[in-house]
Amino acid sequence: MAVITLTINDELVSGREGDTLLTLMREKGIEVPTLCHLDGLSPRGGCRLCLVEVQGSNRLVPACITPAQEGMSIVTHSERLIKYRRMILELLFSERNHICAVCVMNGRCELQAEAAAIGMDHVRYDYLTPQLPIDASHQRFAVDHNRCILCTRCVRVCDEVEGAHTWDVMGRGVNSRVITDLNQPWGTSKSCTSCGKCVQVCPTGALHLKGSTVAEMRKDRDFLRWILDGREKKQWILRNGGQESGR
Amino acid sequence: MTPVPTKRAPAAKANEPTARKVRLATVWLGGCSGCHMSFLDLDEKLIELAELAELVYSPIADAKEFPENVDVTLVEGAVANVDNLELALKIRERSKVVVSFGDCAVTGNVPSMRNWLPVDDLLTQVYREGPGSVPRGAEADGIVPALLPRVVPLHHVIPVDAFIPGCPPDPDRIWTAVSALLRGEPVLLDEKMRKFG
Repeated sequence: MAVITLTINDELVSGREGDTLLTLMREKGIEVPTLCHLDGLSPRGGCRLCLVEVQGSNRLVPACITPAQEGMSIVTHSERLIKYRRMILELLFSERNHICAVCVMNGRCELQAEAAAIGMDHVRYDYLTPQLPIDASHQRFAVDHNRCILCTRCVRVCDEVEGAHTWDVMGRGVNSRVITDLNQPWGTSKSCTSCGKCVQVCPTGALHLKGSTVAEMRKDRDFLRWILDGREKKQWILRNGGQESGR
Repeated sequence: MTPVPTKRAPAAKANEPTARKVRLATVWLGGCSGCHMSFLDLDEKLIELAELAELVYSPIADAKEFPENVDVTLVEGAVANVDNLELALKIRERSKVVVSFGDCAVTGNVPSMRNWLPVDDLLTQVYREGPGSVPRGAEADGIVPALLPRVVPLHHVIPVDAFIPGCPPDPDRIWTAVSALLRGEPVLLDEKMRKFG
């Protein structure tokens, strides 16, 4: 595989052809916030938090989905980018009803954590406070659309890893919603295998175990690497000497 | 990025007896008073606070009218009714530094969960369908204040100089913010102290 060289924040970085900018940035220890991205799932470029500047272009590109190219020069933390990342988080908080204090994922939510990390201590925009349902028709899981940020991790993990493609997205723009099968109650889905992968990868409290109350929900994503390493590399290695066997 | 208030309270030094005490107010709007309980959990730091500041208005002080010339005002709670709104405007007019104190003031939080429902429907669902008589809601009846159409965070109705998120903010957060304000410094909360919820 061809080696390429590019510049990240004035520092020369080498990578392999086909690597995304995000992969190389993380290898160099450069952290940018991400929400739709999850290692092991296909990249989507949906949440726009990982936007970076590319020299010579006035268009910002999402690092998670942009292939690194020879001679590229990128900036990851300009004043403009930080301002935009904060705006994106504020828009996410204002679009639905993210009431952290009464959320099952309070304290472990990725949206909440990214807001704190970037210093988003208030939202300047009007809250839309839409009326959104909670579907608790499934025997074990529930989906609370108030907390959903449409990252589509659930859609991708269900399609790419479980192979069921129970989840998808309906509607457009602000009316978009994740749905099960043909927009029917989750409990009546014929394709859902009740594996729970969607629940584990969800970054917020949108997908959760029924019966969990405020700040009680725990999510564990170790299963994803385990399944993918087995599938792709035929590697079945227990990490931590088998102490950490997943959920 | 950290929040930097645009205004500063006059500095007070504990060791100088001639130093004027900071005129501090705390206000309870549409919230559960949990932020004030957390404030009381400052425990022995309250003694230190009392040396630096004079509490001129608070749910825990005997003052009926929000006074003039307040240096720092901590506002708990969202703006939910016309009384909250009126007091918020008065606070801004009479305070040098206004601080959104806790998630309700900062985000609207739990009180804002009624926002998807029109006020009249809200009162019907909560009260009218039950026993007893209730105010109409959209208009004042002289006893309880009329509800606003939407519950909004404090900074949506007045300019706010600093934010202390948390439901409630723990005493460490409160002390970090309040002690900075009393020294006339900007409020700089670290990542852990900025988290909502």
